[in-house]
This record gives sequence, structure tokens and C-alpha cells, in this order.
Amino acid sequence: MSTSAHLLSPAQRARVAYRRRQTMLSVLIAAASTAAVGTLLAVAVTGAPGWERVRQTFLDPQIARDALPRVLTGLWLNVRLLVCCAVAALLLGLLIAVLRTLRGPVFFPIRALAAGYTYVFRGLPLIIVLYVLTLGAPGLRLQGMPSVLVLGGAALVLTYSGYLAEVFRAGIESVHPSQLAAARSLGLTHRQTMRHVVLPQAVRRVAPPLLNDIVALQKDVGLVALAGPIDAVRAAQIATAQTFNYTPYIVAGVLFVLLAIPLIAVTDRVTLRAARRQSGG
Amino acid sequence: MDVLRCRGLRKEFGGQVVLDGLDLTVAEHHVVALIGASGSGKSTLLRCVNLLEELHDGTIELDGDEISAPGVDPDKVRRRIGMVFQSYNLFPHLSVLDNVTLAPRRVHRRSRTEAEAHARELLDRMGLGAKADAFPDRLSGGQQQRVAIVRALANSPRLLLLDEVTSALDPELVGEVLTMIRDLKAEGLTMVLATHEMSFARDVADQVCFLDGGRVIEAGPPEQVLGEPTHPRTRQFLARIIEAGRL
Repeated sequence: MSTSAHLLSPAQRARVAYRRRQTMLSVLIAAASTAAVGTLLAVAVTGAPGWERVRQTFLDPQIARDALPRVLTGLWLNVRLLVCCAVAALLLGLLIAVLRTLRGPVFFPIRALAAGYTYVFRGLPLIIVLYVLTLGAPGLRLQGMPSVLVLGGAALVLTYSGYLAEVFRAGIESVHPSQLAAARSLGLTHRQTMRHVVLPQAVRRVAPPLLNDIVALQKDVGLVALAGPIDAVRAAQIATAQTFNYTPYIVAGVLFVLLAIPLIAVTDRVTLRAARRQSGG
Repeated sequence: MDVLRCRGLRKEFGGQVVLDGLDLTVAEHHVVALIGASGSGKSTLLRCVNLLEELHDGTIELDGDEISAPGVDPDKVRRRIGMVFQSYNLFPHLSVLDNVTLAPRRVHRRSRTEAEAHARELLDRMGLGAKADAFPDRLSGGQQQRVAIVRALANSPRLLLLDEVTSALDPELVGEVLTMIRDLKAEGLTMVLATHEMSFARDVADQVCFLDGGRVIEAGPPEQVLGEPTHPRTRQFLARIIEAGRL
């Protein structure tokens, strides 16, 4: 914006006025087209021949109110599981990515294991990992076997850390070799170079895709319900089975979106900041 | 006393010989300028001396210790040698102060207060005191390169290697970096610099080495190598430089 002390030339005043008119015009056009599309959609849906039936089976306010506490209880499980699994998967993913960068023949088995890990767990469907861990592992009847919930969480961590490791690795490889040369020329060891020079830059660069994977994890944590624990979707399913009404699913769906909004907002802001930094630097 | 002694250095990249039995000796408090066309091996030589590249033959001695011997820990050697790169290579996620104190704190295990006091003193002396808390992307190219030199100096190196440190700079920023190197020479720092700035080489170097085909084919005081070159390749190189108006 121009400062108040500065007297604008007629040319600039004309430009400012023109820009203001253009802005007004585009706001008006956007509002009109949104209203038109919204009306059309509303008319098409509510005017459909089966609308009454659908409204009753999917959008019953009384059933929504009744199901809400149970779905919320289920959602609390999702949230707790998400926080634990996200932290664990990020740490494990980072560890695996770093192990893959180790050089020297001594580390060959570790490198190979880490690489194999990302191949196996990115290839294996999550549901199969879940079944093997939650149904298979307890079958061993070993002492001190953790609860099904913990085993389910472990399955999520195993699968997601495979993806996250590859994202971290992409970040590590995106740091220019000249940065490594500069760090090593100062006498820093490989480990110190990783810790103080490569990883801080790598993590910052891949923060947006990492957060994106966490948003995906948020929905997948519910799959532990396959092994018994009742999450939000399973709670909605139970409520639906009792009332023969699908409204609880809609309740769960709305809650999931509400839960995702803060995370997605953070992701967007981080992405924007990264993009700005890149164009600025 | 010689700080650096290189004997018969050989280095290939994918079958292409870059250093071909190169010899170089640098006496204490001396400044040696390496000149020669692109691809003559100047940068490779500096990177080999800092053990950033694996040698294919020959030996390197630093203060009489053979640093190219098997079993020598390269990290310990690099603590005694500073290196400054053509493209500055500052760490973009760290402030100027953190760039300078990283090695003293992590490699030499100095306390933060001690390292920062020393770094601020160095930055002040180099006219960069006001930039201590800035990030590299807020600095001009000349300032970034001066910070990179300070970062190398913070390790109190025996030997400073400068790899075409002014090549990436706008002409009006070259002067401030060259002034700084001149000051370091006055302080008695031993330096090897690869450069395309012939007038600077003449001005600051005790010895100029002309590299061609991976060997030093002519070496001596700057007046002699730049003024009355004896080798035809040196004459040809200097003639091209003069043609381009850079001497």
C-alpha cells in the first residue's frame, strides 16, 4: 500500500480506482456463481423423487443426537491412537531413513534391512498387517503379549513408517552435496553433519508431505476396529445396526472432517511457508 | 618450515585423469595461487588436500604428518584445514553466528558462550558484526562469502584453502572479499587459493603455480610466472586472459 504522506499521481490514482473496480466485480461474480450452483444442487437433491426416504435414513436429527455420545467416545479412541501412532511412525520413519544413508561395508546389513523394510511395508496392505498382528500374534500365547489395541497401533506404525521413511529419505537426498562438503570440511563427522546440517534442512523441506501422510493416517487408525476396539466408525456402525438408520455414519463423517480441519490447515500453512522460502531463497 | 607437501598426486574421474603426478609445497605464512584453465585440476587439488576426494596415488603431508596415510581419521585432519567454496555453502537454516560457531562447538567442544564470544570478535574484525544474527539469505554474495571465510577461520586452521572464492560474485563485491584475504595474509595465515583473478594473484601471492593437464608446469614468484612465463602453455593461457581483458 502507498503511504498516506505520498501524494499519488493521477496515473496511479486511475490504476488504484481501476483495480478496486475489478476487485468488486470479481467478488460479485464469485458470489453470484456460488449462489447459482448452490441453488441448483439444493433443488436437484431435495427435488429428487427419493429425497424424503434419504432424508429420513441419513439425516434424522433425533437419531444423530442419540448416537453422538457413543460416536464421540469412539472418536476419542481415534484421537489417542492417532497421536501415539503419528509420533511413533515419524520417529521410526526418520530412523529408517537415516539408517539407509549409512555408508561403509560394516553397515551393509543395516542398510539392506532398512531398505527391505520400506519395500515390505509399503507393499503390504495395511489390513493384512493388522490381521497378522492383532489376530496372529496373540495366538502365539506368549507371556506379556500387549493388548489388541497396542498391537493394532503397532501395525499402523509399521505400515506408515515405511511411507514416512521414504519421504524423509527424499528430503535427505534433496540437500545439496555442497552442504555436506562444507560440513565435512569443518571437521564435522558424518553423524554430526546429519544431525546439524542435513536433517534440519531435510525435515523442513518435506514437512508438507509428512503432514499429508499424517492426515491419511488419521482416517486409517479406525481400521483397528477390525480387531475389536470400538472407534468412531465402528460405534456408528453399531448404532446403525440398532436403528436401521444411517444417520450415525453421517455424524461420524462430520466429526472426522472437523478433526481433520486443524491438521489440514497446519499442513497448508507449512506448505505455503516452504514455498515462500523456496521462492525467496 | 613447510605446512603442506604434496607428492605425485593422482586423481581420476571415470577414467579421465584430473591430477597427473602433481607436486606442490607450501611454506608457512606463504600464499600460493593456483591458476590455470577450467578443468586443469585446481579445485580437485584443493578437495584432495582436504580429503574430500579419495586419492588414486601420491602422498600429502600437513606439518610433516602424512594425512593421506591409511588409517588417518579425515575428520581430525579437516579440523586443521579450513576450506572456502566458490558458492559459499553457508548453512541456510542457521544464523550467521550459528554457522560460525557450529564447528567450534561440535568439533572442538567449546562452550556456547566461549564459541560465540570468539565468533563475534572475528565477525566484528571482518566488519560483519551487525550481521551476526541474520540468516544467510538476507546477505549479499560478498557478505556471504566473508561469513564463509570467518566460519573457516573459527577453527583456527593451520592452512586455508580458497576455491575460486570470488567467481560467483558480482564485480563490485569482489573487492571486499579480496581485501579480507589480503588482511589474512598480513596476519601470516598460510593459504592456497585457486583463482581466475590474475591481478589479485600477482598482488597477494608469494608463489604462483600454473596448472595444466593435472600437473604444475610452471611455478615461481608472480612477477616471473605472470610477467615472463617460460612455458608455452603458460604464455598461451595468459595471452587468452589478456585478450579477455582480465590482466
